[in-house]
Amino acid sequence: MLAVGLGHYLTVSALLLVMGIFGIFLNRKNVIVILMSVELILLAVNLNLVAFSAALGDLAGQVLAMFVLTVAAAEAAIGLAIVVIYFRNRGSIEVEDVNMMKG
Amino acid sequence: MIAALAFYAFAAVLLASAAMVVSSRNPVHSVLFLILAFFNASALFVLAGAEFLAMTLVIVYVGAVAVLFLFVVMMLDINFVQLREGFQRYLPVGLAVVVVLLAELAMVLGGWKMAPEAMNLRFAPIAANTSNTVQLGKLIYTDYILIFQASGMILLVAMIGAIVLTLRDRGLTRKQNINAQTRRTPADTLVLVDARSGAGIGELGIYRPKAPESVAAAHDEHHDAHHGDHSSAGGHH
Repeated sequence: MLAVGLGHYLTVSALLLVMGIFGIFLNRKNVIVILMSVELILLAVNLNLVAFSAALGDLAGQVLAMFVLTVAAAEAAIGLAIVVIYFRNRGSIEVEDVNMMKG
Repeated sequence: MIAALAFYAFAAVLLASAAMVVSSRNPVHSVLFLILAFFNASALFVLAGAEFLAMTLVIVYVGAVAVLFLFVVMMLDINFVQLREGFQRYLPVGLAVVVVLLAELAMVLGGWKMAPEAMNLRFAPIAANTSNTVQLGKLIYTDYILIFQASGMILLVAMIGAIVLTLRDRGLTRKQNINAQTRRTPADTLVLVDARSGAGIGELGIYRPKAPESVAAAHDEHHDAHHGDHSSAGGHH
């Protein structure tokens, strides 16, 4: 069972999610910080899953959190690879420069 | 009581370091604060009784993902001052979205209650006397084996994809050109000279051996294919 109420975990997780989204809006020039914000959002999701798993006494939530962790790691690797080749081609990592495919 | 105090301490540090991740001036500091956030999140996982996930979070995120981020941040030669330019411009719209989202989440949290039959709908109830890792293992390798295999497949695809994306051939390695090798004939490289008796090689005009032209041309061609902008320089040799 949880040491504190489920609502405490959900509050922390909601604040973490909101901070991640705020980071996406704030760092429009830096793709790396945007990727870190996405990691924060996925961490908030994991925290929610684990909190519900502990509150309900159901292990399925922790299994799902593990799969979320896997996908987040794959996403970070692919995202950083794309950042590296983008920087190699354009010499910057600004999001506003990503308009080469615009008609 | 101690657990509750620990929860508040870890949650406070987690939220503070998350705020520093998004607002730090230097991306290297952002990565370091991200590591701190992951450590505190894993502490919260431990407090919730998910020890295996907590250790996985530390190993996967701090050990692999954060180091990957750090590596990329330090590898790319980025002008950090330039990156901060849009900060003020996007602050109002970001704050507006955040306030709306927080209000929505507060409404959800305020009007939410657990369904009365939720306890009867549990898929895998946590046993009291078995450790978290053993239970997770029994669940993953039986009921969730297909999803487990699929997540392994995702990691494999991500690994191959990252390698394919970032690998580039700069023409620095000397590789076998089978086409040039099989096209090469003895007439290209071999010259038969009728040598008089007693004449030196200087007199006969074979003092310098004839350059193998087709191979040189094939090499230039190969070279130019990789360095299109050096084609004029490639003509000299």
